[in-house]
Amino acid sequence: MSTAIIAAPERRAANRHPLMLIAIWAALLTVPLWLPFLGGYTALAGRVLVFGLAAMGLNLLLGFTGVLSFGHAAYFGLGAYGAGLTLRYVVHSTPVAMLAGTLLGGLAGTLFGLLIVHRRGVYFAMCTIAFGQLWYYLAYSWNSFTGGFDGLRDFHREPIGFGLFTLDITQGGNTFYYFLLAIFAVAAAVMGLVLRSPFGRTLIAIRENERRARFLGIPVEQHIWLSFSISCFFTALAGTLYALLNNFADPMALHYSLSGYFVVMTVIGGMRTFWGPLLGAAVFVMLQDYISSMTVNWMSFIGVIFILVVLFFPRGLLGTRQRSAS
Amino acid sequence: MAQVILFNVTNGLIIGAFYVLMALGLSLILNLSNVINFAHGNFLALGGYLAYALSPTLGYWGALVVSPLLVGFIGLVVERLMIRRIYNRDPVYSLLLTFGLAFVMQDIARYIWGPNGLPLGLPAVLAQPISNNLFFITWYRIFMVAVVIVSVAGLFAFLRYTRIGLRIRAGTLDLETVATLGINVRHLRTFNFAVGCFLAGLSGVLAAGQIGLNPNMGDDLLMPSFIAIIVGGVGSLIGTLFGGLLIGMAAALTTVFYPSASEAVIYGMLMAVLLLRPRGLIGEEGMMS
Repeated sequence: MSTAIIAAPERRAANRHPLMLIAIWAALLTVPLWLPFLGGYTALAGRVLVFGLAAMGLNLLLGFTGVLSFGHAAYFGLGAYGAGLTLRYVVHSTPVAMLAGTLLGGLAGTLFGLLIVHRRGVYFAMCTIAFGQLWYYLAYSWNSFTGGFDGLRDFHREPIGFGLFTLDITQGGNTFYYFLLAIFAVAAAVMGLVLRSPFGRTLIAIRENERRARFLGIPVEQHIWLSFSISCFFTALAGTLYALLNNFADPMALHYSLSGYFVVMTVIGGMRTFWGPLLGAAVFVMLQDYISSMTVNWMSFIGVIFILVVLFFPRGLLGTRQRSAS
Repeated sequence: MAQVILFNVTNGLIIGAFYVLMALGLSLILNLSNVINFAHGNFLALGGYLAYALSPTLGYWGALVVSPLLVGFIGLVVERLMIRRIYNRDPVYSLLLTFGLAFVMQDIARYIWGPNGLPLGLPAVLAQPISNNLFFITWYRIFMVAVVIVSVAGLFAFLRYTRIGLRIRAGTLDLETVATLGINVRHLRTFNFAVGCFLAGLSGVLAAGQIGLNPNMGDDLLMPSFIAIIVGGVGSLIGTLFGGLLIGMAAALTTVFYPSASEAVIYGMLMAVLLLRPRGLIGEEGMMS
């Protein structure tokens, strides 16, 4: 326990290491230049950003507050459906769709969070799983409105007008990738500010020792609730980007297996690190893309990855790196 | 109308019985080991498939007995090889582990027995309806409910009157003290996990006779079982029993009047319980936190 507390500031310092930041952003900015040489395509990089953002949102709760949600696909999917439904039925505007989806997912999480903040550990997780499946069944069975099992189609992202010029993101490719990257950058900056604020430091205090935090007079439940809520907003934002990326929203975006993917991405990259989930998402998306093109038994491989990560690699990529550095 | 309602009440009873068997196994493991077993539905499917594989040689009755025992044994091996390594770690690891295990088990079942549905043959006695008027109630349905009642009663008697059962109940309340008293908690947890898997295997054999076999047959039962546990009250097996029956009945009765809402009713009950009575209908105060 004591080593964990001492190690926390070092970990943060490592996260802010300028060289690492420069490396990450340089890699992200130059994706269209080098990804084709690795056999990837730009849409794959978009997927990494979207899942990475969702997993980073989850990690605010999982890694930095120490509270386990296994139902974050619900807020991701609500974001996706919120954006898709807005574009299809209400107004042909990308920013409005993103706002609507983010609000839908974030507010659903905020309200649900109120019900479960007193739960801990696996019981908290179980409530989040069960509640998440509610939305899956809703999207699945409300055929006329959501498209049911086949998913929501017949919408597409719209060009964004900025007064003087118009950003045309309707084509895939680099323009849309940089659009995603810009949103990702803003979200990551906001998340970084939240975590560096006194509020964020309090979350880490709760993670390290909830009882001590309580004795210090910190309203623990309120902090966990806020953390859950903020985390859901980020994940919902990622969900809206997912709908824009695919011009499609399907019930699997709400399914608990996607929640499991988010958690495993976070763990692969390193639960208590800021950039870990992005790295984990990159590894996971690439592996999944590769494996599912190689074999029909991809589920076994994904399952084996889960098991191996848990048994032999629980600290994740960035987690081990930092331990060896310190 | 009376027949429709009767039909759905028996349906509810049967579905509820499946939820109960499955949720009791999950609940046993959750209470003692603090692990949510995502692969529980896959142990259920495994029970069904093993019965399918064994019934040509052992007959239906032989398969009904042997298959759940085999599933329990496989559960024991899985616990010793994997699950026990993560007991002292953050709960996120146990969820990921059983989640990955569920994927692997489902894929293995698909690989061996194929992705399409398979029927499990029933003895002629069981396949007949009990009378012409009640043509929709086969003897098999009565038999299923009877087996569930007997095994649930057996489980409760086991927990109540045997030494191991007593230790399992004590471990649920305070594992540390039980360990301090010189009881081998590792063996206790292994055995308990195997019992949970045995129950899943048994409900798998029963379910296979009713709805047939397919690799993801357990998935549809998993989520209602979670909800049965939360609604009934975490930490209370009696609560799980009532929770399972309650949501089975509620879903079946909703089917009479508004079929597409039958899933929604289950989730509605979940929300109502979380909102109005967070510890569950029969749960003990503080078990959930």
